[in-house]
Amino acid sequence: MIRQELRLTGSGGQGLILAGIILAEAALYDGMNVVQSQSYGPEARGGASKAEVIISKEKINYPKVNECDIMLTLTQVACDKYINSLKSGGILIVDKSIEKLPERDDIKIYRVPILETAIDKLGKPMVANIIALGSIYELTKIVSKDSLERAVLGRVPRGTEELNKKALEEGFNLIREHKEDCYGEVC
Amino acid sequence: MADKIIKLMQGNEACVEGAIAAGMRFYAGYPITPSTEIAELSAEKLPQVGGRFIQMEDEIAGISATIGAAIAGEKAMTATSGPGFSLKQEGLGYAVITETPCVIVNVQRGGPSTGLPTAPAQGEIMQARWGTHGDHSIIVLYPWSVKEIYNTTIRAFNLAEKYRTPVILLMDEVIAHMREKIELSNDNKVEIYNRKKPTCSPENYKPYEVKEGDLVPEMAGFGEGYRFHVTGLVHSESGFPSGNEKVAETLINRLIDKIEDNKDDIVEVNEYLTDDADIAIVAFGATSRSAKSAVDTLRESGIKAGLFRPITIWPLAEKELLELAKKVKRIVVVEMNMGQYFLEVDRIAGKFTKVEKYGRLNGELITPEEIISFVKEG
Repeated sequence: MIRQELRLTGSGGQGLILAGIILAEAALYDGMNVVQSQSYGPEARGGASKAEVIISKEKINYPKVNECDIMLTLTQVACDKYINSLKSGGILIVDKSIEKLPERDDIKIYRVPILETAIDKLGKPMVANIIALGSIYELTKIVSKDSLERAVLGRVPRGTEELNKKALEEGFNLIREHKEDCYGEVC
Repeated sequence: MADKIIKLMQGNEACVEGAIAAGMRFYAGYPITPSTEIAELSAEKLPQVGGRFIQMEDEIAGISATIGAAIAGEKAMTATSGPGFSLKQEGLGYAVITETPCVIVNVQRGGPSTGLPTAPAQGEIMQARWGTHGDHSIIVLYPWSVKEIYNTTIRAFNLAEKYRTPVILLMDEVIAHMREKIELSNDNKVEIYNRKKPTCSPENYKPYEVKEGDLVPEMAGFGEGYRFHVTGLVHSESGFPSGNEKVAETLINRLIDKIEDNKDDIVEVNEYLTDDADIAIVAFGATSRSAKSAVDTLRESGIKAGLFRPITIWPLAEKELLELAKKVKRIVVVEMNMGQYFLEVDRIAGKFTKVEKYGRLNGELITPEEIISFVKEG
């Protein structure tokens, strides 16, 4: 794994940029080179938002992600908008609320209830991004578990550490418990 | 304790950290995307080091307060983007003629007008050079990474102090907003240049007098006991307005000469694999990162490409460009505009080699693949 490119997509306000920062920081703790960037429209909430992370053993020059290896998407709009930028053989993690799954048989799709878990199990919709990070980790092991936890705890507001640890754990579990929701190639 | 601190840092954050390391203790501005984080972080960090942050009513007030603080002896900075940079031009010329050291950051975004507020563009290459009215010279620096933003911001302050001039730090939205690894030394040792202060008694102080062999006058701070007059009008050594043609000519020439005669000190260029190159790509900021990727790929396919990356984009690296022009068969200037720096590169290098431009303006960073195909197919 010399260079991995991730794209986290959804709606503005879902915390995806923070998720990207945390993931990048975790990779940095692992000793990797990393670039995190984002793009968003002029609106403060809503719209389509995406955060991108490049993790590489080599120096990163071009800092943007064109075709990604791993994509997370929390909304149907973002899924439809960015699905074609996922490489063949890539991994797609979609929230359960996304009903129209992309018609691609060259990628692995994991459909898990990230938003629902945040609200129903943890009672805090704002931890969806941390749950998503847990799921990304469990699936890809793109960073080490220790680094991820350290990065999460370093970035979340004081007093929410336990909540966020739980959110990470829920993210791991979502993948462990939802094997039946994988499509395409067997996971 | 470790010698180095390694952390993930955003470009705009590195600008503020660099500025504070250089001695910035005053910031006045009007926040605007994509430079907003510079204002936010200055507001947060300056009080912690005994500095001041003021949010002004608009960009002109921002640069005016910055100039005022600098005249009062502080190292001062303002930052802006897009339409805000047009407004800064008013104060910029005032800082040029009053020889006030300060740093003006422009994180470029798509224009004209409010344009594309969250998207990158390199549209102010010429505005940075000529945006304020009247003939003048200017120093404009252009970093390409988060680490280089830190170092270049320090350098911007040092050059501003050394030459008593406003220095423009041009940045790209891409680098300003992205985060990457930065290594900072733990001992915080950075080379700092402070403006020369008068050693004479206050009654003998002439604020715009230059010593024999020097082009930069000594600068007292307001409130330090030296009384002096500051004006945007052409002025004599005394600081008071003058319409005398000799005085005017001497002043304006000196303002230009103090920069143009010191290009060896001011101009900084980074070259990558240009020694044996047949094709040189000229690029700066974010596009030079794409260009470096392109150079690597072109080399792998047997094409001898190199990258010429001016970090000081103004004054122009004429000497270095001339050397490059005599060495390579072809130069491609890559920029996120329709050909601004290209005109200057062509003016210098066009007599010796073929100079072409590749530009695109749609809010997306130019990719390495585009550069490769342009180099290969023309």
